[in-house]
Amino acid sequence: MSLKDKLLSSYLTFQENTSFDNSILDIKDQAIKVFETEGFPSKKDENWKYTSLNSVTKPDYSLVSHADDAIEFKDVKQYFLNDIDTFKIVFIDGVYSSYLSETTHDGVDVCLLSSALTKPKFKQVIDVYFNKIAKKESLTALNTAFAKEGAYIYVPKSRAVNKPIQIVHLSTGSEANLMLQPRNLIVAEENAEVQVIERHQSLSSNAVFTNSVTEIYAGKHARVDYYKIQNDKENASLIDNTHIDQQESSEVSVHTFSFGGKLTRNNLNYYQNGEHINSILKGVTIIEDKQHVDHNTLVHHRQPNCESHQDYKGIFDDRATGVFNGKVVVDDIAQKINAYQSNNNILVSDKASINSKPQLEIFADDVRCSHGCTIGQLDEDALFYMRTRGIGKKEGRALLMYAFANNVLESVKIPQLKARITNLIAEKLGVNIGFDL
Amino acid sequence: MLEIKNLNAGIEDKDILKGIDLKVNAGEVHAIMGPNGSGKSTLSSVIAGKEEYEVNGGDIIFEGESILELDAEERAHQGVFLSFQYPVEIPGVSVTNFIKTAINETRKAKGLEDMPASDMLKMIREKSELLEIDRKFLSRSLNEGFSGGEKKRNEIFQMAMLEPKLAILDETDSGLDIDALRIVSNGVNKLRSKDNAVIVITHYQRLLEYIVPDFVHVLVDGKIVKSGGKELALELEEKGYDWVKAELTA
Repeated sequence: MSLKDKLLSSYLTFQENTSFDNSILDIKDQAIKVFETEGFPSKKDENWKYTSLNSVTKPDYSLVSHADDAIEFKDVKQYFLNDIDTFKIVFIDGVYSSYLSETTHDGVDVCLLSSALTKPKFKQVIDVYFNKIAKKESLTALNTAFAKEGAYIYVPKSRAVNKPIQIVHLSTGSEANLMLQPRNLIVAEENAEVQVIERHQSLSSNAVFTNSVTEIYAGKHARVDYYKIQNDKENASLIDNTHIDQQESSEVSVHTFSFGGKLTRNNLNYYQNGEHINSILKGVTIIEDKQHVDHNTLVHHRQPNCESHQDYKGIFDDRATGVFNGKVVVDDIAQKINAYQSNNNILVSDKASINSKPQLEIFADDVRCSHGCTIGQLDEDALFYMRTRGIGKKEGRALLMYAFANNVLESVKIPQLKARITNLIAEKLGVNIGFDL
Repeated sequence: MLEIKNLNAGIEDKDILKGIDLKVNAGEVHAIMGPNGSGKSTLSSVIAGKEEYEVNGGDIIFEGESILELDAEERAHQGVFLSFQYPVEIPGVSVTNFIKTAINETRKAKGLEDMPASDMLKMIREKSELLEIDRKFLSRSLNEGFSGGEKKRNEIFQMAMLEPKLAILDETDSGLDIDALRIVSNGVNKLRSKDNAVIVITHYQRLLEYIVPDFVHVLVDGKIVKSGGKELALELEEKGYDWVKAELTA
């Protein structure tokens, strides 16, 4: 049975075992119909031309998760940011782990989507925001149909969450291959502030396929900083669908650090629904072997006087492949828009490849849009120069690559996270040098 | 310290160095002068270990051992320093970050721990003062957008930090105005000691008024055709390289 058929046939059983009210069930019923009609995307879809899901949808996945409570914090400590105080929402095989988590309802809600979807006190927020921002396309719809768990973060007007929130998905896959569909809802009301760090980590060698959806709502003057660490094992594939609704004068940044995993696809969609909005999209991709990372971004400028900044850097070794597809839409009323997009790549091996495609659809006449894309190799003269100063070949290459990616790190606002990312890069490049001095 | 014996080297079947012999002792300053295309920069690149050049014969002995088989970074760890004629721009790596990495990588190669941060900062402060380098300059990306003078001062600053046994200054005077020339030369002179040696490669005699050599060698067509004391540089300045060439054919 194909994965699609398996999902469709298990939908009814899934629904029977949940306690959602009719409004949520209606949303799910509609969503499964969208998935049934559209199915998994194929390379025939323009948006999936360079990324095939064939190898990801092939294995036989368990759709029901069995939480493995045997995990101790010390075994997974390395996947957390430990040197600062944070809230933590942790899932093991899709099931909430209360003993690894640290949630709150003190002024802000940092808790579980399963609670929010079922408890009356959250109903008002869920009615307004749940599944309202997400695009109604097949993978997001698939998630909507099956989603029952994930992070729920609600920051009321003029509140700031006083420490970053880590959302960590651990998969033990101890019994079988596993498909996970976490769902996050993050609402920052007017003038609210929140910082989120998200990570998916496989702990076994069984295949894991995660189809994740995150909806982010940023009210007037709200600030949301979202960091995604994608450094998973070679058996893990991730489709990250993130949908962002921004209101007047808000600022939302998403940094995506893609250092590992079998196949990673980021569908990052920004909708600007007010004036004076700033949208920031940044990414560093460093991959090797046969890894594949695809960044598919959309910034939809619907109102005048807004900005968007996209900066994606990629370093590809061995037979690694990358895709960057950056779409910017400027509606006819959205005058005085500044939209910047840049995608720079280094191919370390001659077997590695990158497909980079900017797409600009501009219907307003008074806008400033720029896009640039480069694909190059490491500068050999610079390497020799470094070597004459005692910096070895490997270290010199690492330093050049780090320098290349560095400006994306500069906008990371949590210093300990920046240090962690820097260490991950050094680890990834196999060197033991302190980059950040 | 350095002994070059009958060195033959070239690039892609083209012979450039055709039998160089040169002996440099600790405490000495040697100047190598010559017209364009005589092989001056090739000689410095070959000593520093640039892989594009093929050594077809002869040997380079440094501190009693042949360094021909060593990588560029290993030569640097032994104490060979090359100041580039055209220092390479490295965006995203600050001057401070770069020099710290260079020093600690060199220490690592010698089995030493990283230099303590306070010692490093103190050293950076002292050496940047020596070369009249502004603190702001140190946080800029290496050589990126630097003027010619700034690039050369930065080269000598790195030399001061790395404290090499043998420094080769390749056309350090090119692109320098008179003030920068004075600062750079002062720096080099203050770093001279009985334990280290300097090879100054230059087209013009001007630099040698500031960094006074013990020996001057004239390189023509891949060979050292004339050697002498510092007065040879003056004679060359006066009579031009054609004079040496004419003497050769005579």
